[in-house]
Amino acid sequence: MSTHASTAQPSYLVDTGTRKGLMAWLTTTDHKRIGLLYLYSMITFFFVGVGVAFVMRLVQLTTFQHLITAQTYNALFTLHGVIMIFLFVIPGLPAVFGNFFLPILIGAKDVSFPRLNLASWYFFMAGAILAILSLFTGGGAPDTGWTFYAPFSLKTGTNVSLAVFAAFILGFSSMLTGINFVTTIHRLRAPGMQWFRMPLMCWALYSTAWIQLLATPILAITLVLVILERFFGIGIFDPTKGGDPLLYQHLFWIYSHPAVYIMILPAMGAISEIIPTFTKRPIFGYKAIAFSSMSIAAVGSLVWAHHMFTSGMSGMALMLFSLLTMVVAVPSAIKVFNWVSTLYKGSIDFQPPLLFALTFIFLFCIGGLTGVMQGALAINVHIHDTYFIVGHFHYVMFGGTGMALFAALLYWFPKMWGKMYSKKAIYASWFPMFIGFNMLYFGMMILGMMGMPRRYYVHLPQFHTMHVVATVGSWLLILGLLMFFGALLYAIFKGEKAEDNPWGGVTLEWTIPSPPPLENFEEIPTITHGPYHFEQEGK
Amino acid sequence: MSEHVEASADHSVEHPGYGTYIKIWVILVVLTGCLVGVSHLGQTAAVWGLLTLTPLKAGLVFYYFMHLKYEGPLFKVVVLVTLGTLLIFFALLFSDIAFR
Amino acid sequence: MTEHVHRDDFGARLGMWLFLVTEMVLFGGLFIGYSYMRYRYPAEFHHGGSELNATLGIINTLVLLTSSLTVVLAIVAVQRAEKKRALAFLGTTLGLGLVFLIIKSFEWAAKFHHGLYPNSRHLATLPPGEQVFYGLYFTMTGLHGLHVIAGLSVLGVMFWWVATDRIRQDRYVHLENGGLYWHLVDVIWIFLLPLFYLAA
Repeated sequence: MSTHASTAQPSYLVDTGTRKGLMAWLTTTDHKRIGLLYLYSMITFFFVGVGVAFVMRLVQLTTFQHLITAQTYNALFTLHGVIMIFLFVIPGLPAVFGNFFLPILIGAKDVSFPRLNLASWYFFMAGAILAILSLFTGGGAPDTGWTFYAPFSLKTGTNVSLAVFAAFILGFSSMLTGINFVTTIHRLRAPGMQWFRMPLMCWALYSTAWIQLLATPILAITLVLVILERFFGIGIFDPTKGGDPLLYQHLFWIYSHPAVYIMILPAMGAISEIIPTFTKRPIFGYKAIAFSSMSIAAVGSLVWAHHMFTSGMSGMALMLFSLLTMVVAVPSAIKVFNWVSTLYKGSIDFQPPLLFALTFIFLFCIGGLTGVMQGALAINVHIHDTYFIVGHFHYVMFGGTGMALFAALLYWFPKMWGKMYSKKAIYASWFPMFIGFNMLYFGMMILGMMGMPRRYYVHLPQFHTMHVVATVGSWLLILGLLMFFGALLYAIFKGEKAEDNPWGGVTLEWTIPSPPPLENFEEIPTITHGPYHFEQEGK
Repeated sequence: MSEHVEASADHSVEHPGYGTYIKIWVILVVLTGCLVGVSHLGQTAAVWGLLTLTPLKAGLVFYYFMHLKYEGPLFKVVVLVTLGTLLIFFALLFSDIAFR
Repeated sequence: MTEHVHRDDFGARLGMWLFLVTEMVLFGGLFIGYSYMRYRYPAEFHHGGSELNATLGIINTLVLLTSSLTVVLAIVAVQRAEKKRALAFLGTTLGLGLVFLIIKSFEWAAKFHHGLYPNSRHLATLPPGEQVFYGLYFTMTGLHGLHVIAGLSVLGVMFWWVATDRIRQDRYVHLENGGLYWHLVDVIWIFLLPLFYLAA
């Protein structure tokens, strides 16, 4: 490996190439800048999605129903799902923290294919632009729900074709990132960085990358088939031509279930990084967590039809998928036990990243356990397509991945920008966020248990009180989010300078300056021990 | 701007000659002929032919033309995991339609 | 500023194989859909298969198998610094690929002539299972054809790079990767042949 003669490389935030300013960012192949490109675009899309949800919740206050039509409401929940899932949670932690930190965590200067990495971001932005275009062109915003179920998606006059084409393009972003991360982990680990000396975030990213490779193309072909059905009537999903709408559901969920593991595995990886740092001890059961990541990826590919229990599948399939769904909960539970065991008798340093990591564990457990409930066939019959499901997946996707993303942002913020945020401001934002979150989504689970269906523009009077509670909760939640991101935005510009290692972390990113120099390391390190090696640290 | 290229070509990997590949091609052509022949024998024979001869042909292309035989275990595992995944999708899907 | 470019041929091949993984799963999804529908409509698929021109299908199989051979022979030639031979083999590959596309277009034209194309009035008179058969036929061979075009474009670039010595005895991983892609296109057709043309 070659080294630089100079000792002080400039930070990656300084333009050192031939281009300056915006063009330097748009043509960068530096994995750290690409991570930030993803972050800025994703957070923007996130807040658009939040805005859409805000309007939806207003409608459920009943008195606001005259604001929008039922058709618009259908378009709103479709848009909310598409934005949040495809433009925020799926790219999620891999796009931001995987890109920024994977090379650093394994002691490399960049990923294996830096230009492909930039191409991934361009595919992401192209998909986003096409999705936005679908709202204003053709028959207007799709009204099918983000799941685009046949036969309605084949027949509706709204611009489903452009929207699914956008999702198809977004799939390329995901697949190319998967190719890059698998190759990088196999080829660019520093000397001595054996597989079981890698930080657990790397194991999480590795497992996720495999899902991205093996599942995303199924979605790609399914979406292509929808487009071909709409334009050429090929008949594969259309019952009038001999097609089967259930085949659509199978193909759709063969991707979309593993997709939720794309969403959660890197989140869990981030938590596995944060907990050791703030308990000052190695993670409990490193190998168990590493293997559980791979198991979740594997078993998670076997459970997709639990989204289809009421669709008319055979009894054999019902029983098989219910059983497999119970099995997939086990590796996730192992992780939770191991995180809690790490905390037990650890030297707790209570900081904002730890607060959000603990919040993750709590909310993810609620989400995960309600998922297991839904896997039971008898329960599923009653709560399928109700608000219970909506509550469940918001607990895992928002309470899980969302909170982990916030925790990771708080943890790695000083490293990424070299500044520190106001901890008081972050703590203050947590209260409305947490209270509002539970009012909103636990409220939804109660609504679902009571029988309130999802994707409904109106509701019966008996559901009204809980809807009001949920909507007020949504306002608190949004307030908390604005406070949180406001505090971070302020800190990027006006925050105090941060030390290189403000938390006392022991993984490789804490050995380099904040912000990191362009090529990460002055000299590629040689690794001689596991990643959570606290014994020799004074702190 | 100078480019300092460090080559890491794998010299340990075997490279077969023209003859090996031509032999494989002949086998592939013969197998295609067998496949066509078997497909005229009736439904069950045709299906069995498809299920055995076709993967065999594909396997030869993977193993020799695509150099899989001469690569390390990693690439073999990659291909096997992919095919295994597809097989599992297929099997679980059939647990639905075969029992409806 | 000095740029240190670390060359990693193994990594480049690994990346290509991982891309091929996505292509295998992409077509795998279609094969899964095919098997689903064939299970439902065995008689209609059998009948649809008999309408296809098995001879052309077999000829196209031999064309692609031979093109697979010639592309790997081109790699051997580059390994032995036999540039003229490499160009001849690559040129043959490109030629055979074009032959495949020409035969395919004749096939499709014949189908269109008989009123057999997606959404045609004639197709709507056929039993549902056969409509699905033709839907899958056009989709799968069409998507495969697009990949043939992509593969030919890539190999065309490779031809240029061999001619201009950008690919040479000590540096040919791009040609290997191009060849890998072409072989996958061949493998997909190996499966398409019996599923559609020999279904009768």
